[in-house]
Amino acid sequence: MSTHKITVTVNGQLRQAEVPARLLLVHFIRETLGLTGTHIGCDTTSCGACTVLLNGRAVKSCTVLAVQANGSEITTVEGLAQNGKLHPIQEGFHMEHGLQCGFCTPGMMLSAIALLKQNPYPTEDDIRWGLSGNLCRCTGYVNIVRAVQYAAEKLRIEN
Amino acid sequence: MAEINGLGKSMKRKEDARFIQGKGNYIEDIVLPGMIWLDIVRSPYAHARIVNIDTSKAAKIPGVLGFITGKDLEKYNLHWMPTLMSDRQMVLPTDTVKYQAQEVVGVLATDRYAAADGVAAVEIDYEPLPVVVDPFKALQPGAPKVREDKDSNHIWHWEAGDREATDRAIRQAATVVKQRIYIPRIHVASIETCGCVANWDPINKHLTMYMTTQAPHAIRTVIALVAGHVGLSEENIRVISPDIGGGFGGKVPVYPGYVIAIAASVLLGKPVKWIEDRSENLQADSFARDYHMDCELAADGEGRITALRIKTIADHGYTDAAANPSKYPAGLFSICTGSYDYRTAFTEVDAAYTNKPPGGIAYRCSFRVTEAVHAIERMVDILAHERGEDPADFRLKNFIKKEQFPYKSPLGWEFDSGDYHAALQKAMDMIGYRELRKEQAEKRARGELMGIGISSFTEVVGAGPSHQFDILGIKMFDSAEVRIHPTGKAIARFGTKSQGQGHETTYAQILAQELGIPAEHIKVEEGDTDTAPYGLGTYASRSTPTAGAAAAVAARRIREKARKIAAHLLESAEEDLVWEVDRFYVKGSPSRFKTIQDIALAAYTNPPPGVEAGLEATFYYDPPNMTFPFGSYICVVDIDRGTGQVHVRRFVAVDDCGTRINPMIVEGQIHGGLTMGFAPAFMEQIQYDENGNIYGGNFMDYLLPTAVETPRWETGKTVTPSPHHPIGAKGVGESATVGAPAAFVNAVVDALWHLGVRHIDIPITPDKVWQVLKAHGAAAEE
Amino acid sequence: MIPPEFDYVAPTTLQEAIAVLEQKPDAKILAGGHSLIPLLKFRLASVNTLVDINRIDGLSYIREEGGWLKIGAMTREADLEHDPLIGQKYPLLADAARTIADPLVRNMATVGGNLAHADPANDHPAVMLAYGAVIVAAGPNGLREIPITQFFTDLFTTALAPNEILSEIRIPAHKAGNGGCYQKLERKVGDYATAAVAVQIHIGANGVCDTAGIGLTNVGPTPIKAAAAEQTLVGSKLDDAAIKRAAQLAADAAQPQSDYRGTEEYKRALVKTLTVRALRKALERARN
Repeated sequence: MSTHKITVTVNGQLRQAEVPARLLLVHFIRETLGLTGTHIGCDTTSCGACTVLLNGRAVKSCTVLAVQANGSEITTVEGLAQNGKLHPIQEGFHMEHGLQCGFCTPGMMLSAIALLKQNPYPTEDDIRWGLSGNLCRCTGYVNIVRAVQYAAEKLRIEN
Repeated sequence: MAEINGLGKSMKRKEDARFIQGKGNYIEDIVLPGMIWLDIVRSPYAHARIVNIDTSKAAKIPGVLGFITGKDLEKYNLHWMPTLMSDRQMVLPTDTVKYQAQEVVGVLATDRYAAADGVAAVEIDYEPLPVVVDPFKALQPGAPKVREDKDSNHIWHWEAGDREATDRAIRQAATVVKQRIYIPRIHVASIETCGCVANWDPINKHLTMYMTTQAPHAIRTVIALVAGHVGLSEENIRVISPDIGGGFGGKVPVYPGYVIAIAASVLLGKPVKWIEDRSENLQADSFARDYHMDCELAADGEGRITALRIKTIADHGYTDAAANPSKYPAGLFSICTGSYDYRTAFTEVDAAYTNKPPGGIAYRCSFRVTEAVHAIERMVDILAHERGEDPADFRLKNFIKKEQFPYKSPLGWEFDSGDYHAALQKAMDMIGYRELRKEQAEKRARGELMGIGISSFTEVVGAGPSHQFDILGIKMFDSAEVRIHPTGKAIARFGTKSQGQGHETTYAQILAQELGIPAEHIKVEEGDTDTAPYGLGTYASRSTPTAGAAAAVAARRIREKARKIAAHLLESAEEDLVWEVDRFYVKGSPSRFKTIQDIALAAYTNPPPGVEAGLEATFYYDPPNMTFPFGSYICVVDIDRGTGQVHVRRFVAVDDCGTRINPMIVEGQIHGGLTMGFAPAFMEQIQYDENGNIYGGNFMDYLLPTAVETPRWETGKTVTPSPHHPIGAKGVGESATVGAPAAFVNAVVDALWHLGVRHIDIPITPDKVWQVLKAHGAAAEE
Repeated sequence: MIPPEFDYVAPTTLQEAIAVLEQKPDAKILAGGHSLIPLLKFRLASVNTLVDINRIDGLSYIREEGGWLKIGAMTREADLEHDPLIGQKYPLLADAARTIADPLVRNMATVGGNLAHADPANDHPAVMLAYGAVIVAAGPNGLREIPITQFFTDLFTTALAPNEILSEIRIPAHKAGNGGCYQKLERKVGDYATAAVAVQIHIGANGVCDTAGIGLTNVGPTPIKAAAAEQTLVGSKLDDAAIKRAAQLAADAAQPQSDYRGTEEYKRALVKTLTVRALRKALERARN
């Protein structure tokens, strides 16, 4: 099996590692880099708990090889708060009770960020469709929609 | 006075900070030095004899360290373990496997990749044996026997009520409706799967067990009981349940993987980690439901319900490993008489072994209450339609009246409180029920299919009073230990374990209300058996009814001591002091007061003579009765005659869970519960073919709803406090999951009743609806 | 779940990639990877060498040129979904793009991969059959054009040689009077179709349909071109009778099997219903 030297920028920090070809990106993030905020919930690209931003796009990191990410920029949940200030989406999830057990939350927030970047004025339908690659078992999605609306509003004011 | 965030405040959750910043600490996040990985070889057959296990190829894989088989465990008599239902379950088989995906060999390796390679390389020869997956067939003479150690596939018979009186009442009734109702096998599928890190310290003979458990204390005792003979002694067992990524009952049982991990850690003297993947989780962990119910409901000439009879066949898989209270093999199914006033009922359940994984109750439900509610709410609808009565009016006519509480149900429960008319009326007002009926009539005239479904459920939760409820003999109390620090802040520990319910916030709010300390300054801890008081854990909507009550009572004990201290400080008689929010003041002189902070400081710096220093209390709460949350749900559906798709247009849920501690969290629980009622009603099920091959063993086939399929929930409330609970709360985590499925089915059948459709079993899939439409000549020809 | 071991190469040109395929006949191409990597994780597929073509420049584009809409094989489904040209002129493609898997998967999954995997449950095959697309394959001897009708040879099997790489998809460029629609019934977002129907028509100035393409998803061992249904539409004004006749012929062309998504009978009926709906919508679009 081949191994590969990769360089990735994770949450703004340059990280290098020698990885086996088959190492999944989610394991690279969690185990090689120790960033355990990215979770694993299935094997079939169904649940989205492992969602990260890869060059700004939300992807399921359980279905990407670490070596594929060579040269990329990755954002995980740990990279959202800046200088101790929560990202509006984090604030939205807290204020609108968009999380319960918290396990899907990092992936859900990263999907929401990608959605809002593409569509700053989403309708409820847009939000529901935009987050349909992420499963939540606790909230029934009502408050997740509200959390994203909260963040959308806040981001519009900030920008 | 400072805002203390007591009862009724939608305080933002204290636990959120770590979860939204990726700093939760879930089982998979735990990494110990020298930790090795356990992965598990599983059976491809539903029933087979193990002829040979060859690990030689796997042993050559770099990183693979060793294997554990049933034969290895047999040396320590750990190859079987007892279940909570006095049955027994294999940890690893020595001879035969009983269901597809059963654990066969544990593979230990330096990392998860090597362990997976090892699993793939283990070669096992099986000799397939006859399989039985249908419980009706399993109970027939000559059926393949699932268990060699049992006489037959019949596990037990349980019954409640008066058989003769019920037979008589049904014979004499003006109207009797009958229906076979099946609730299929489903799975909680929390987004986090199960797992553990077992860490045996051979020097100190101490086991630390990090695991995804909803009941850490009970697990500690179980480990001590099962493995005491090999040196695991309860004082040297510490169970830590870290953050849990959803439980819903699926993290109550002891799965073989946990035990194998402990055995491996003990054998190797190293920490051993086991994390299920999704397929293992769905295919082998505890299921729920699988109840085949033959229901009959009778009414007199005026349409008053007179009697209920239900005969059930319960499919338990190859062992009875349902996590029920000991005296309740069929759980609390006897709540099946519902929200209605009649005196006669009889129900019986026969349980069967089949070649499927065990389980039986785990799906956000207090021990078979969903099955019971589904049965009665479907039958009431069928009876109303059969008599040509409006289902809402029929319910309003038959409900137990507010003034009849406390109400003794025909099967022996004492419903503590309720106002069923108010809840249904509110739901009808919110949704515009009468207008919807008009719209439905117009649509029907045009050939369009629209349905309105109601479910007016009564739950029984909060297990439970010690004279009825125990698990392994341990009474089902729960506990709180509250300590006030000198600066007037507090820490409180509980025997329960949150899996997303927000205990860190709600318990703090109960204590804030009772003690006047702002909830922000009350730290709540659970899940570490070394520090928390003993408790039976979080499931069956029991945390608020039991541990929440324990918190209130412990706080009141502290307040009594605080009164003594305040009297000392104010040089006043205890009985002259009045408590208000966060202080005692002298009656008639509100300016002469001591706040809880003043009192806390004095408890450590200046306690009254003869009074013990410190300010703390521990309370084990034994509930005097169960609580009986209720509600009325109304659902509107439109059916596509061309495709069989059901569109849920609206869903109104009016819940009454008594006092609402944190309304925001209560709403969130209801939203989630409704979604876990919607999912099995339309999407989720686990099926087996006749050879015992599973369908629904991963998220491609086991269908969890996304934000797109999930209806947009509308919620409302009534508040009828529980008369016996210290703060009047009843528990809410499961109400919606229990109550919702019948509303969906009732709506779909309501849309089709005029075509001659009487019932559709869940899940109501487009295929199934289309077949029904076609059979009744109503599938659209486009 | 963990994939088995394999080697990995990431060529930067098509020529290089083809050379690897020539040297290693067991090699597999990694495009979006969202079908292949799960198969590897379940150990339902094994591979000696993965040839990652994500680092080859110039394989991701959407442009009209020479009477064709040309789509680079590595164009992500999400790019298709959000492309204004597709949104305006190629509604069949836009409809389909929105229903493929889920939004996150679409950020990785590629149009070429969806076709080359030749899963009859995938959505693009039926869409391309309806469009009458042409597949461009790059091999050791340069480019080769394969009509879509000759591309899907069997379950998970295409006309691509082991040393060829799908490089481009060509769709006849939009002209006035074109209309298309994709109707898919799925059990939930992310599911494969229980059945789906792709329709592309052209209505001439006289209001008569002069070309019609109908493709069916997940109702047979390969994607199905409902040829008889297409023929019955050509020359008609797409009145209700013609639409229903075509829908019946499409249902007749389906070869569904009963499974957990539905019975054979249901799926056939579904093809009929969805064909009617797709044709009505396509007609409406053609007229606008």
